Amino acid sequence: MSYRWNWGIIFEQPYLSWLLQGLGVTVALSCLAWAIALPLGTLVGSLRTGPYRAIRLLCAWYVQAFRNVPLIVQMFLWFFVFPEVVPKAVGFFLKRQLPIPEFTMGCLCLALYTSARIAEIIRSGLEAAGNGPRNAALASGMTYYQAYRYVLLPMSFRLTMPPLTSEFLAIFKNSSVALTIGVLELTAQSHQVESFTFQGFEAFTAATVLYALISWACLGIAGAVNRQLSNAGGLGTEVAIK
Amino acid sequence: MIKIDGVCKWYGSHQVLTECSASIARGEVVVVCGPSGSGKSTLIKCINGLESFQRGDIVVDQESIKSPKTKIYKLRSRVGMVFQSFELYPHLTCIENITLAPQKVLKRSRDESIDRAKTLLKQVGLSAHGAKYPSQLSGGQQQRVAIARSLAMDPLVMLFDEPTSALDPEMINEVLDVMVDLARSGMTMVVVTHEMGFAQRVGTRVLFMDAGVIVEDRACSEFFDRPESDRARAFLSSIVRR
Amino acid sequence: MSSFDLSVITQNIPWLWAGMQLTILLTLLAVAGGIIVGVILALCRLSPWWALSAAAKLYVNLFRSIPLVLAVFWFYFLVPIVTGHPVGPFYSVLIAFVFFEGAYFAEIVRSGIQGVRRGQLSAALSTGLSHVQALRYVVMPQAIRNMYPVLVTRSIIIFQDTSLAFVVGLTDFLTSANIVANREGRPVEIYCFVAVVYFLLCYAAEAGLNLSKRRVAR
Ligand SMILES: Nc1ncnc2c1ncn2[C@@H]1O[C@H](COP(=O)(O)OP(=O)(O)OP(=O)(O)O)[C@@H](O)[C@H]1O
Ligand SMILES: [Mg+2]
Repeated sequence: MSYRWNWGIIFEQPYLSWLLQGLGVTVALSCLAWAIALPLGTLVGSLRTGPYRAIRLLCAWYVQAFRNVPLIVQMFLWFFVFPEVVPKAVGFFLKRQLPIPEFTMGCLCLALYTSARIAEIIRSGLEAAGNGPRNAALASGMTYYQAYRYVLLPMSFRLTMPPLTSEFLAIFKNSSVALTIGVLELTAQSHQVESFTFQGFEAFTAATVLYALISWACLGIAGAVNRQLSNAGGLGTEVAIK
Repeated sequence: MIKIDGVCKWYGSHQVLTECSASIARGEVVVVCGPSGSGKSTLIKCINGLESFQRGDIVVDQESIKSPKTKIYKLRSRVGMVFQSFELYPHLTCIENITLAPQKVLKRSRDESIDRAKTLLKQVGLSAHGAKYPSQLSGGQQQRVAIARSLAMDPLVMLFDEPTSALDPEMINEVLDVMVDLARSGMTMVVVTHEMGFAQRVGTRVLFMDAGVIVEDRACSEFFDRPESDRARAFLSSIVRR
Repeated sequence: MSSFDLSVITQNIPWLWAGMQLTILLTLLAVAGGIIVGVILALCRLSPWWALSAAAKLYVNLFRSIPLVLAVFWFYFLVPIVTGHPVGPFYSVLIAFVFFEGAYFAEIVRSGIQGVRRGQLSAALSTGLSHVQALRYVVMPQAIRNMYPVLVTRSIIIFQDTSLAFVVGLTDFLTSANIVANREGRPVEIYCFVAVVYFLLCYAAEAGLNLSKRRVAR
């Protein structure tokens, strides 16, 4: 095994700024996608347990569609297929005028994919909360909207903190798939450093450490949020979700 | 038959058993009672070595639990135990639940163990249910199967840890009747229970525990007529009031 | 864009089928290898030796915090260096999947074992079974029953994830389709076809799992 170590390389320019830019793109892509996915997923998950049968079915299919196609294929669909099948003017806009098309489409794709997974989690939380609180809330004269907004969703979020946390970690990992449509995020940049310098160990170690730091930070945030919730008289994580 | 000699046990710095001593002769039915958290379960789990203890000794049928020469598995195969939550193996049928240990530990043949299991099921009034899975039975039926499972090992002594406290009131008697029959047949029994009716019918002695100490060790009739300690009097009146 | 042209798919079926065969092979080997690595890791984690348990925990947490794509790049780069000669993308990708998925399987196996109520072990021991016998006849059968739906779900995810072999050019189903799409200049038909095939296979697998779960649940 003849490998020439050169740990200094990752601190040299331009490689250091490549890696840092990659980190920035990964964080931006993931957080933006999460900001879309969380409300959307909550909405879909709530509607799946709501009073309208047709909407329940529709939301079930929404979840199925996004869960059963690999993320990379979804990326291709959004980036290569979507602009072709929409009306010409929109397609032209997407292909020619959108400022950063890879990032935008990648973010959209990641957001919808994650929203379907969040919808599943929220639904399981709503089901675990059971019919008791729902009936109690409705019996006290709340509308469905109020029952979800003030009783059922707060319960569901408390019950599903652990799976929501791991979904938040997963979005950072999943964001790397966007490199297949040309988004230069952290994994892509470390690969590029490797191709330019042949110092694969150093480049990939740098990326690994940065990803580990991200998930460590996320776990810290999730822990703090969780403590906050249980201080506020929540159910905390004592009631585990199966 | 069983000699408990100055047993002390700590969980970390928290002492749960303090200088517990008692001896139990062949054919006796000893009822252990006392408030919640007083160490009853811990004490009877020490008798078959499911819990370890730091000081003192327990001798079962002339074998010391602490002695390195004692084979704890051999000893356990001669001491039956019935749990509050039944603990039937959910993946096995009733017959399989009963025949597992006789086949694997006593190396009895399959046919012989099945014959014996059928006899025992008849004895506890469940001949028709041998092929069912535990989840297809009511709580009272499950507990009777659990008793049959322990009896299948032909134990010298049977330990019961609150065998009826997880049951609905209407099922308690079917289990107690089986236990009364067992007591009348001469089985040595140590029973943690709050069923004072059972104690009065077949109990020979009562051990009253409080905060890890055996406060009273008296004949059943004496204990109920004239409890010595204030704690026991308070405990008895609280039981009666219920 | 002219109308949807199905002939581009029918003409290239042999190509796509070859890719699908590779995808299936990769999935099966990755699942088998991953489970073996996962069981070993889980036993290490539950072992009483502190150092072994800590090492297994570090392994699992490290692999679970990086993206699969990065792991594929890692092993694509590492395996030739370690073995001293080029091994081609298939083996690199397979090894990456086995080690990567091993970390996920380890958690599944561990929680399956820990999910069996403690009282079950007590009950088994109190009838005189030895520790090994109690694990073998009482704990493990229940653990496997707890785990098996999650194992199947994970295997479906691995089936989808094998498409990431695209990044090193292994000609699995997606990469073959990609080649066809570029050659024929018909990305719309080809990628839609790919999506439909993945959807149907995964949907069927999940439906089968749900059916068998209902049968097992007593
Ligand atoms: N694993 C453990 N770790 C620490 N403390 C324990 C543990 N198990 C039991 N204890 C403590 O030991 C004491 C005695 O417990 P034990 O279960 O024997 O009580 P008990 O008399 O059986 O009560 P109950 O009627 O509620 O079953 C309790 O104070 C309990 O908090
Ligand atoms: Mg108890």
